[in-house]
Order: sequence, then C-alpha cells, then structure tokens
Amino acid sequence: MPYFPHTSKEIKEMLDFLGIKSIEELFEDIPKSIREKARKNFKLPEALSEIEIYKKIEEISNKNTGKDYISFLGGGAYYHYIPPVVKHIISYPTFYTSYTPYQAEISQGFLQAMFEYQSLICELTGMEVANSSLYEAGSGIAEASLMAHRINGRKEILISKGVHPEYREVLKTYINGMKLNYKEISLDEKGETDLNILKESLSNETSCLIIQSPNFFGVIETKLKEISELLHQNNSLFICSVYPISLGILKPPGEYKADIVVGEGQCLGSPLNFGGPYLGIFATKREFIRQIPGRLVGETKDLEGKRGYVLTLQTREQHIKRSRATSNICTNEALTALATTVYLSLLGKKGLRKVAELCYDRAHYAKKRLLESINTLELTYPSYFFNEFVIKLNKPVKTVYQALKDKKILAGIPLEKFFPERDKELLLAFTEMNTKEEIDYLVKSMKEALE
Amino acid sequence: MKEIPLLSEISEEGRETISLPNDIEFSPYKELPKELLRENLPLPQISEVEIVRHFTNLSLRNFGVDLGFYPLGSCTMKYNPKINEDLANLPGFTKLHPYTPEDLSQGALQIIYELEKLLCNITGMDRFTFQPSAGAHGELTGLLIIKAYLKDKGENRNTVLVPDSAHGTNPASAAMAGFKTLEIPSDERGLVDPNILKNYVNEDTAVLMLTNPNTLGLFEKDIEKIADIIHQKGALLYYDGANLNGIMGYARPGDMGFDVIHLNLHKTFSTPHGGGGPGAGPVGVKSFLTPYLPKPVVDFNGEKYYLNFNIPKSIGRVRSFYGNFSVILKAYIYIRLMGEEGLKKTTEMAVLNANYLKEKLKAIFYLPYPTLCKHEFVLSCKKQKEKGVKTIDIAKRILDFGIHAPTIYFPLIVEEALMIEPTETETKYTLDNFVSILEEINKEIEENIEIIKTAPHNTPIKRLDETLAAKNLKVKWE
Ligand SMILES: Cc1ncc(COP(=O)(O)O)c(C=O)c1O
Repeated sequence: MPYFPHTSKEIKEMLDFLGIKSIEELFEDIPKSIREKARKNFKLPEALSEIEIYKKIEEISNKNTGKDYISFLGGGAYYHYIPPVVKHIISYPTFYTSYTPYQAEISQGFLQAMFEYQSLICELTGMEVANSSLYEAGSGIAEASLMAHRINGRKEILISKGVHPEYREVLKTYINGMKLNYKEISLDEKGETDLNILKESLSNETSCLIIQSPNFFGVIETKLKEISELLHQNNSLFICSVYPISLGILKPPGEYKADIVVGEGQCLGSPLNFGGPYLGIFATKREFIRQIPGRLVGETKDLEGKRGYVLTLQTREQHIKRSRATSNICTNEALTALATTVYLSLLGKKGLRKVAELCYDRAHYAKKRLLESINTLELTYPSYFFNEFVIKLNKPVKTVYQALKDKKILAGIPLEKFFPERDKELLLAFTEMNTKEEIDYLVKSMKEALE
Repeated sequence: MKEIPLLSEISEEGRETISLPNDIEFSPYKELPKELLRENLPLPQISEVEIVRHFTNLSLRNFGVDLGFYPLGSCTMKYNPKINEDLANLPGFTKLHPYTPEDLSQGALQIIYELEKLLCNITGMDRFTFQPSAGAHGELTGLLIIKAYLKDKGENRNTVLVPDSAHGTNPASAAMAGFKTLEIPSDERGLVDPNILKNYVNEDTAVLMLTNPNTLGLFEKDIEKIADIIHQKGALLYYDGANLNGIMGYARPGDMGFDVIHLNLHKTFSTPHGGGGPGAGPVGVKSFLTPYLPKPVVDFNGEKYYLNFNIPKSIGRVRSFYGNFSVILKAYIYIRLMGEEGLKKTTEMAVLNANYLKEKLKAIFYLPYPTLCKHEFVLSCKKQKEKGVKTIDIAKRILDFGIHAPTIYFPLIVEEALMIEPTETETKYTLDNFVSILEEINKEIEENIEIIKTAPHNTPIKRLDETLAAKNLKVKWE
C-alpha cells in the first residue's frame, strides 16, 4: 500500500514503546459489540492497483460521452475558456494541499491571494466588501436572505421567478428552517420581474427581494434602478444574483445600489465538472461587514511593520460565536476562489470585456440565424438578452432534441425539465467557445429536425 | 524578505493580456440601451509572465502537506494522492455539464452511485445525499431532514443537544436549522456521561449531535447507552463524522445507533483541502429517513443510472446541481485504491501514530485525559503558561522548524489546548522529529523565553497583528 510509510519493524518499535502487543489493543476502548458488528459488516472490494484504477476510471470517464458533443447548455453552468495558467497555479502543491490559513505567517500566499480575490470581486460587482467565498450561488442566495433578515428583522423573502429554479429551491429549504416566509414574484410578458406585482407585494414585512440578471431565461432585467429605489423606500434590501461574465459589459449591481450581490463564479476559471466544485460569490456594502457569512481576509502589519494578511472579524464565525455565528460555514471554496483570482487577473479589463462581447455576439448571431432560417421558431421573450435565450418550437421539444443529439448537438436545456408544462421551449446558451461553424450547424440541424 | 506587491500594484494601464478570437460581428454597445452598460471595468492589466511569477511567489509563502508535517487536529491533513488529481482532470469529467442528458453522463452517475454503496458499507447507513459541499453544510442538511421527519410525525421538538466539546459548526448549524441548542458538559473522562445526559433529554429534544471519537480524540464508550436514552425519549442521534480516520473497520456509526451522519470527504477520504475548500459533506441516513433526503438521488434501474427526483417528502435542495462532483470522484478513487484492508489499515496506523505521539509528548505537556486515544489527542500548555508562554506562542515557534502547528484553543473545554492529529501517512521518523522539536521549544522556555514570545523568526513575515486587522478592516486594495 503506497500511502503507509511504516515498516513492520517500526510498527513493532512503536507498539513496544506503548507497552502493547498488538494493534487490536488500541481499539479496546470501543465496545466489543460494536467492533463485532463492524467486523461482520465492513465489507469492501479489494484494493486496486494504480494501473487498475487508472484503467477503470478512464473507462468510466469515457461513458460521459456528453463531453464530445457540441453543447449549447447553460442554465447557471457555462463552458468558458480557461487559460492553462489557471490550472497550473491552482495545482501548486503548497496551495492545494494547504488547510484554511489559520497560521497566517506560513499562509501568506493564500491569504494575499484571497485579499486579491475579495478586491477583484468588489471591482467586478461595484460593491465595497466581498467575502472569500461560499459554496455556490444557490446557498449564496440563501445566506444573503438570512443576512437580510438579520439586518432588518423582517420575515418575508421575495424572489423573482427569473431566479434559477434550483437556487429558488435551495432558498426555500434554507428559510424553512428559520420559519421565514417565501414569496415568488412572477415575470411579465417580456420575461422581466413584474413591477406591478412587486409593488403590490411590498409590505413592512418585506425583508428583501432577490433578482437575477440576466435571469434564468437569459433576459436582462432593465428596471433594476427603479426596483432598487422601490425596495429602499420600503426599507427592504435588494439582493442581486449575477452571471459574472456578463459584468464585462453590463452595469454592475453596485451602480444600482444593490445591498448584496451573489453569483455563480464557476464561469470565472473553473471547469464544468458535472456541477462542482463551483464558487459562491458574495459581496455587500461596507456598513454590513459584521453581518457577512464566511471568511474574510484583512490587511495588517507584522512585528516589524511589514504588510501582511490575516483572517479577520472571526468573531462572526462558528468557531467563536457557535450558535450565534452569522453562518455555520467553515470549509468554503478557497481553491476555486484562487482559480477565479488568477482568471480575472489574466483576463483583466480588456480580456473580460472581450469574453463578454464574444458571448453576446455568438448568442445574437445564433438568434438572428435561427429566426431567419426557421420561420416556425419564436422567441419566448422579446427582450434584451446576454448570451442565453428561450426559443419556442411549434411542436414538443423531445423528438427535436433527440434528432439533434443524433447529430452530436446538445441543443440547450429543455424547459420541461423545470416546468413540465413548457414542453415546447428550449433554453440555449452561447459562449466564446461556440464557433460560428457550430452555430451554423445548430441552425441547419434544427431546421432539418423541424421540417 | 520583501513584500510581494499586490496585483493592483503591478497593473499598468494599456498592457495587453490574454489572446482571444477576433471575429466579433455585433458590437453589444450598439444594441443595448446605454443605461444597461457599464462604463468602467476597473480590473488590472498584467502580462501573463508577471501573473505566473506573482502566484508562484505567493505559493512559495504557503505551507502544505506536500511541504511538511501538518499535525492540525480535527483536520486530518493526510497525504493527497496525486493519481486522484490526474484522474479527476480527465476531460470526461471536467467537460461534463451538469445538465447533460442522463444517457450521456452515465459515468458520472455511476461514480456517485457506487460511492454511495461504498459509504453505506463503511458507515452502516442506508442512503446518502451528495449535495452538501462541506461538513457544516452536511450538518444543516441532516438537521433539516430530522426536522422534516419530526414535523411529519406531528412532533414539535425544538432543542438540539451538543456536548461542550463539539465543533463550532454543530451549534451554528442547529441555529440555522431553526433549533435552540443546549450544551451538555463533558465529564472528567472527557466523555458524555449517560447519567448527566439523562437530565438534559426531554420531550423537547429533537436530536443529540455527537462526534465519536469526540474532539478530544476519545471514543464515547457509552454510546450504546446514550443511543438508548435518546431514542427512548423519541429523539434522534446525529453523528458528526467529519473525522472517520479513527474507527474505519472497527466501528460504524450505523451500528452505534446513529440515525443521520455526515462525512467530510476532504478529511478522511484524502481529497485536498485546497486552502480551505472545496470539500464535500455527504449525509447518510437510516432507511426511515430516506423519504426526506434532498432531491435528486442517483438510482440504477438495472440498465442505466438515473437522477431520481421522485421524493415527495424531500426537504428540497441544499445546493444547485449534485454536489462537489470532482471531490466525490477523488474520494471514490481513494476508497477503491485502499480497499477494505487499506481503509482498516488507515485507521490502525492513524491511531498508532496518535497514541505514540501522545505517550511521547505527555512528558512535556500536561495530558488532561491520559487514556487510549483514537486518531488525535489534546494536550494542554498550562504548565508552560505558568512559565510565561501561551499556546499561541508555542504554535508560532513551531513554525520556525518548518512544520505546521497543531490546532490551538480547541476544543474549548481544555485550557490552552494543543490538538494534535498526525494521520497515518507520517513516518515514525517525522513523529520523533516533532517530539524533539517540542522538547527543544520546551527547553527554550527556561533558557530563552523571548525567542518563543516573539516567534516566528524564520518565516517570510513576523508575527501578525490580528487586532490591528480587525480595527482597520482593510479588506480590499484601495
Ligand atoms: C469535528 C468537525 N465537525 C465539523 C467540521 C466542519 O466541516 P467543514 O469545515 O467541512 O464544514 C469540522 C471541520 O473543521 C470538524 O473537525
């Protein structure tokens, strides 16, 4: 076994030192009945050698044939280009084999990188403070709502139906524990959060509203400024969920005076990985800094006056405040946040804007070509979008989807997956990875499948 | 040593960065109303070589398991096998979108399905969910499952019992799940005494959260009696299985009477900690609780693996998609590499290493619970404190010797606690060396106490002022 360094001679020496004869004796504090049961029931396959496991896992990975398809899947997880530098850096052993930087003097590398991560997230979102990561966007939205409740003590959480359905489910689960009320605000015919319904729903019990833009259906919310004002007049908090790449061209939530910004950071330098690890981005206003969930890195000085970094405001956290902590989160997504730090610094100002433009461009090219070529196609929402939009077919998606699959195309996400009655709609996403040829092929194949 | 400049300090306006395709046809600026667009994107502009040097230099100022001994208690800093990393980087996994149709993602589903079976066997539980992204996330999930179950039975129990030695996430998770927590004092053995426990359990008790071996590294010997007391009162038993390294093959939470458990794959099952994450905190339940698991779970119909959303009483989701898949995959690879014998040996060597170190170090430090330990143990620096150095000083001085310090000031019930977990992947030589380092530091208390109080000295930066950080609260570049 490769990971046990002990020789039998050493084991014997150690046992002798302990004054015992066998390893078994080290387990005599476990009641016999329990040990007996374990002996009977602990039955695992025999160890595989590295060669065997390599072959086995390679074989299993090859069953994930989806990787070879031309993909227009989005819905919160996107296939973006990751410059090779990112993986090289997060593979440095002193980064990825380190624990949470509790001993700051030998963890300056990670601490400084997290300070830089927090800074970059603030720049991207236009906010004043960012924590050093949460698990992913869904639980991030839930944490943001709990924070809003801590701040204003109100019990009703409003959420737009434009927010990713899975994030909404996560929010429901979380606030169920805290006995907060949950209310969804429908979309109007343009696919934006319905302002009239929102106005009617606001009350002195409204703690916050969560809006996602671009929303799950790809629609860019155009009235965020107005919504923000409405909420603030009502002393409620405004929580914005963002697709960080879109902030390469779109106005950042800080400029709409959002109170909390959350987002899925997978698109900023992390692979799809069948859904995880991803990255929960969390940023807010300075005035709320003591209410933030999760870790925060701050700048300080050492004994000689040199600049350095430590985990700060730890009195918010579970290891000190226990049941009165701002959140239970301990392990977060530090390495993913590091990937994002590297990604954002590599792309920089021009690069991120360019990626955003490419996504926008590809999606709008696709829309134009699809609508020009297939006259039975419609857009569900005639609105502004970034890189994703919903098309409505003149027949159920199922057969068409299969026909495209036969041509090695994954034609987006059938909305039926989330909304059983919407069986004729597809959510299509485009990134800088989708070439014009791929899009033309999609259009051609879709046309054939619909005829 | 010189400071490493911040990214913002090496950025230069106008510097070219990444190369991207140049075939844009539509310009977004022409189509979207101006008020939707951002004017200014204040990100840095740095060349690739500078970025690589920046992060490479930062990495040289960070400590990891690959660099040296990392006896951080309750964290299980074992070696992270390289093969896990290589295999998890196969494009069949990294390029797989979570909404890929099931027939095209059979491999990923198979991994989840098979890992569930393995974990059921290792722990004696009936089903697992893999959505939780870390231990604390698992705790919240487990408690919400219990809450849903109790509610379904028409019971309104509001109290979660937590021993005073418990990890901080336990009471914090209880609060997030909307419970009240009540702390149970440990007895002089460092254990939960059934006779004391009895006084705390009543009709309002929803669950007792227990870590076993507990955070002192001690096995709760009375676990069967404890389970009886809890179950007789209609409450449930939750297992904080963050650290399973002390019992695999020797005890299974399911056999001890636990109803819900979470595991930290990023501890026991060798997936790297990544500087604080990502992890994975799968939650296992006994069959009577499976109706409440988050959805979906992965099932197999004899021909193909599929996502099963048909869980009518499910608590819902606790995160998007299916969990930290690549962490799950690494844990799977590890378990298959180890096999039954290997996992058992993991426990044996981890416990041997811990007891060996404990018996060696008790000559230097006060050992509050002088009994057999499991994968870790807790010492107290109270003798040293009397001589004028605190635990934190000793921890900082340890850094000067090129190793990581143990966990300090936890668990809270031990004065000046020093919590040590060597793990199974360390040699006797490393342990002996650690003992000599601590002996030397202990000698310095008599001979040169200042060197400890002002430690560390050999690190790129000297002791950092945490109070100043909290006072200034500079949390981004300005
Ligand atoms: C005993 C115990 N419980 C719970 C946790 C929390 O796990 P995580 O950090 O993965 O949330 C830890 C990890 O620090 C632990 O040691």
